[in-house]
Amino acid sequence: MPKVLMKGNEAIAEAAIQAGCRYFFGYPITPQTEIPAYMAKRLPRVGGTFLQAESEVAAINMVYGAAGAGARVMTSSSSPGISLKQEGISYIAGAELPCLIVNIMRGGPGLGSIQAAQSDYFQATKGGGHGDYHLVVLAPSTIQEMVDLTQEGFAIADRYRNPVMILGDGMLGQMMEPVEFPEGKAEDLPPRKWATTGWKGDRPRNVINSLYIDPQELEDHVNRIYRKYEEIKAGEVRVECYNCEDAEIIAAAYGTTSRIVKSVIRMAAREGIRVGLIRPITLWPFPGDCFRKWADKGSVKAFLTVEMSTGQMVEDVSLSVNGKKPVAFYGRSGGMVPDPEDILAEIRKIKGGIPS
Amino acid sequence: MTKVFQRPASLTGKAFHYCPGCTHGIVHRLVAEVMDELNIREDTIGVAPVGCAVFAYDYFNCDMQEASHGRAPAVATGIKRVLPDKVVFTYQGDGDLASIGTGEIIHAANRGEKLTTIFINNAIYGMTGGQMAPTSLPGQVTDTSPYGRKVEESGYPIRMSELLAALEGVAYVERVSVHDVRHINQAKKAIRKAFEYQIAGRGFSMVEVLSTCPTNWGKTPVESLEWLKDNMIPCYPLGVKKEVG
Repeated sequence: MPKVLMKGNEAIAEAAIQAGCRYFFGYPITPQTEIPAYMAKRLPRVGGTFLQAESEVAAINMVYGAAGAGARVMTSSSSPGISLKQEGISYIAGAELPCLIVNIMRGGPGLGSIQAAQSDYFQATKGGGHGDYHLVVLAPSTIQEMVDLTQEGFAIADRYRNPVMILGDGMLGQMMEPVEFPEGKAEDLPPRKWATTGWKGDRPRNVINSLYIDPQELEDHVNRIYRKYEEIKAGEVRVECYNCEDAEIIAAAYGTTSRIVKSVIRMAAREGIRVGLIRPITLWPFPGDCFRKWADKGSVKAFLTVEMSTGQMVEDVSLSVNGKKPVAFYGRSGGMVPDPEDILAEIRKIKGGIPS
Repeated sequence: MTKVFQRPASLTGKAFHYCPGCTHGIVHRLVAEVMDELNIREDTIGVAPVGCAVFAYDYFNCDMQEASHGRAPAVATGIKRVLPDKVVFTYQGDGDLASIGTGEIIHAANRGEKLTTIFINNAIYGMTGGQMAPTSLPGQVTDTSPYGRKVEESGYPIRMSELLAALEGVAYVERVSVHDVRHINQAKKAIRKAFEYQIAGRGFSMVEVLSTCPTNWGKTPVESLEWLKDNMIPCYPLGVKKEVG
C-alpha cells in the first residue's frame, strides 16, 4: 500500500476503522478533535456509528455499554477530558471490558494549556480512577507508530479483556508524517461469549458488572485481574533501545520527547559523548527489565530521564535502576517542549561528573 | 390443577433484598410481567442503577449491565447503538436519574434514543440511608435536611417527567403510582406502553413510578402508601405527560 501523508490524530482514527472499530463515542477537546471529526465523516460510510456525547462522562459510559454489548469500540480525548472519564475507566477495568482510549495530552493541571505535554503519565500508568487496576498504556513516537499501536491496542484489549490507552501528545496529534496502513482485512473479532446480546438460554445469563458486595469475592476478583496483569507483564512489554551499546549515559524518554533525545544523541556524539536511549513503548507494563539490564553494565555510568512534565516516568526509571547508577531528570512543563541544546547541556553536566 | 398465578419468567426467582413495604418489588414484577407478555425477555438487555435497585441484575432474568451512578442512559445508549434490534431498558431511582444523572437522562431522551426508562421516585435516597433527593418534598425531614427541606436553600422538587416531556426526542412519558391496586394496574399499562413505543422505534419512553420508602420515611408500609397518596401525588400529578400517538 502506498504511503499517505496524515496528521497523527487522523491516522489513529483511520487505523481504528481499518482494525474493525465501528463505534466511536467522544466529545470535542483540543488537541484531539480531529479524531472525532474524522470518525464523524468516515464511520457512517462503513456502516459504523459515531456519536458526539453530551460530555466525556457520558462518552466513556457509552463505551462501557457498547463494549459490554460485544462491539469493538473506542473513545478519545485530551487531558482534562480524560480526567472526566476516569470513573468510567475504573468501571470498565473492573468489569473487564475491552476498548481503546486515546489521550492526546496537553498541559495541566486544570484547564492548563492546549500545547503538547506528558504530564498525565501518573494518571495513565498508576490508575487514574479509583481501585486496584491497570490500563495497558502504549506510547507512540511517530505517526506510523500511532497507526500500528492503535491496531495492536485493540488486539491487546481483546486478548486480556482490559482497556488499553494510547498515550500521545499534542505534538504527535497535530503533526503530519507519511504513513502506511497494513495490507489485508482486519481480523474477525474474537468470540465474546460474555457479552450482553440477549439471553436465549444457550449460555449462562451475562451480567456486565464490577460490584462484589462480599469483600472476599471482590478480593478474589481483583486477584484474578492481577494474575491477568502478570501475564500482560510477561507478554506485552515493548521497548526500543537506541544506541545503547557502548553508551556511557542512557537517556529515557517516550513519545515526542524521545525524538528530540535522538537528535541530542547525534549532537552529543559530535562532542565525543556516547549517549543511548531507552524508549518505553509500553508505559504500563513498564520495561523495567531493560533498565535493569543496562544499569548492570559497567559501561553505563548514568541515566537521564527527559519528559514534558516535572518528572513522572523518572520515578519508574529510578525504581528500575534501583540505585545502581545515578538517575538525573530534565523536563519542561505546561506545554513547553525541551530544546535539544538544553538537554545537551544536561548531558555535558552529567559527563563532567563521570570520573575519567 | 391450573396455575393462576406464578412468578414471571422474566424474574430469576432470587429473593428481593428490599425492605418490608418497599414498592421496588412490585415495580420489578410489573416490568417482568410486561417482558413476558410482549415475549421480549430473550431480546432484552437491562441496565441497573446505583441505589436500592443496584442488584436489579440479580432479579431480572435477562442479560444485564450494571452502570455507575446516574450513567445508565449513557450505558444503555452504547448498548442500543450496537444492538438496535434489541430491547434496552434502564431502571433508575431519583438520586440516580434526577440528581447525579440529569445530564445523561436529558440527552438520551433528547436524542430520541430508543430506550425505555423505569424511573422510581420515592423522594429520598434509600440505599445510603435516607438523605434528601432533588425530589424530596418541601419541608420533608431527611438525614441531610434534618430541619425539613428548605426550598430557598435546596431548591424545589424536580418534576422529571414534565421536564422530559418538553423534549422532541421523547415519544412517551407518563407518571404513575403503585399505592393501591387500581394504580398498580394503571402502572403496568404504562410500562407496557413504554416498551411498545421502544419496540415500534418511536423514540425515548419513560414511566415515572411514585414509590414508597417506609424505612427511610420512618413510617409503616401502610402509612407510607397513605403518605404517598396524600403528599406526593399533589406535588407530582399523575398522568400522561407526552405521547406522540
